[in-house]
Amino acid sequence: MSVPRFWREQQNRYNLIGTHCTTCNTYYYPPRILCPKCRREGKVVEHQFKGTGTVVTYSIIRSASDQFNDLTPYVIAIIELDEGTRLTSQVICEIDEMYIGMPVKRVFRRLGEDGESGPIFYGTKFVPA
Amino acid sequence: MRDVAVIGIGCTKFGELWDKSFRTLFIEAGEMAISDAGLSGDQIDEIFIGNMSAGRFVGQEHVGALIADYSGLATNNIPATRVEAACASGGLAFRQAFTSVASGMADIVVAAGAEKMNDVGTEETTDVLAAAADREWEGIAGVTFPGLYAMIARDYMNKYGLTREQLAAVAVKNHDNGLHNPIAQFPTKITIEGVMSSSLVADPIRLLDCSPVTDGAAAVILCPLERAHEFTDTPIQVLASTQASATIALHDRQDISTLDATVAAGNRAFKMSGLERSDIDFVEVHDCFTIAELCAIEDLGFCKKGEAGKLTEEGETARHGKIPVNTSGGLKSCGHPVGATGVKQIYEVVLQLRGEAGKRQIDAEIGMTHNVGGTGATVVCNILGRA
Ligand SMILES: [Zn+2]
Repeated sequence: MSVPRFWREQQNRYNLIGTHCTTCNTYYYPPRILCPKCRREGKVVEHQFKGTGTVVTYSIIRSASDQFNDLTPYVIAIIELDEGTRLTSQVICEIDEMYIGMPVKRVFRRLGEDGESGPIFYGTKFVPA
Repeated sequence: MRDVAVIGIGCTKFGELWDKSFRTLFIEAGEMAISDAGLSGDQIDEIFIGNMSAGRFVGQEHVGALIADYSGLATNNIPATRVEAACASGGLAFRQAFTSVASGMADIVVAAGAEKMNDVGTEETTDVLAAAADREWEGIAGVTFPGLYAMIARDYMNKYGLTREQLAAVAVKNHDNGLHNPIAQFPTKITIEGVMSSSLVADPIRLLDCSPVTDGAAAVILCPLERAHEFTDTPIQVLASTQASATIALHDRQDISTLDATVAAGNRAFKMSGLERSDIDFVEVHDCFTIAELCAIEDLGFCKKGEAGKLTEEGETARHGKIPVNTSGGLKSCGHPVGATGVKQIYEVVLQLRGEAGKRQIDAEIGMTHNVGGTGATVVCNILGRA
């Protein structure tokens, strides 16, 4: 991923900052600036998520693209945050530990890098809570 | 709106076609379709071509003009448009061509799809295909395309008690069909045990649950139904052509193992055609992974949620079952050149309806297609019947 493309969203990725539509009380992460429920009537403000949630579903990636190949096998999951929105993230744990419904919490980790000399990306991953 | 018919079809062999270029593949399929319809090139009014990622796979964009040029139609200056919706690009090209003819804007229109995937390595292919999902919020976490469908499979197994054997039965059935399809990439018999002992790609998805990486192209020709008999004795009418979208990211779906866009496009197709589920004799669905076929059968309404595994295991989706699914061998055995797949599905349905499907021929008057982009962010459905 190109440097500007990544850095544009860095605050959201580093700190798990999404959005909250105060009109219908719905939370969004990844952030949405337009609330799909309220559209023009929605009032959307920035929101800091607590960073705790549960595993909805998961997989173990055994074969990946260049950028992630040295991490295999690694756990990927859809996580429902306690505020009610869902995201996709890696979970750092033993493969056998994983189960649907597992409580998890966020940690700050290296996400990847763009080629051998490219920038290293940091952001949020999850660990068992 | 005018009634529309398919009057010509063509499809290349699917596979690792090292000796053929992207443009060669398309021209081969286009020529077959034009000659099948008995057309002269000069009669063609417009071309739509479905292609996901020629820019990344072969370093070529501006595919519409390239195709028109190498089809020998640039001298006529006809409009040629490339459309993209990841793996649903082919279905989208067909729907655009349908719309063009139905609206009266054009009479003779080519809908084509082509993809040349084997010119780059496996890891590059994995990355290109990941672009069908949300790059910034799914791809960045390291989720692969099989990984997303694996999360659908895990959710489905947890909710409905689907067994690993039932999932494998989808692949075995599709290979049994592909065995009789001369264009199939893998016309090979496989077994439940073979699927279950193939290597893990993204748990619980194994290598033989996945459709392969494929080069190939397909083309069909549409015209107003009232003119169809000028070109063919066996016109096939397009009874419905519908499209739907849903969230780009899998994590934003209400239910992880329901493709909302399949439900919507399917419902619209039945409404548009005025047909019932029981009127459909067979269906070509988008089985990019075995789990995808089960979700498709259910989300199109051919059985209740959670029952497609049992239906498959009992042979009801085989060629002589209640609702034959993927008589072509599907994406799994026939191959999946992503931009071409949606058009190849039309090719198979037309062959079956004309009675030209050889050893895999079934008795059918009405067929349906279902083509998915990404994890279900775009779905195109078509219903076709003998005119
Ligand atoms: Zn709202």
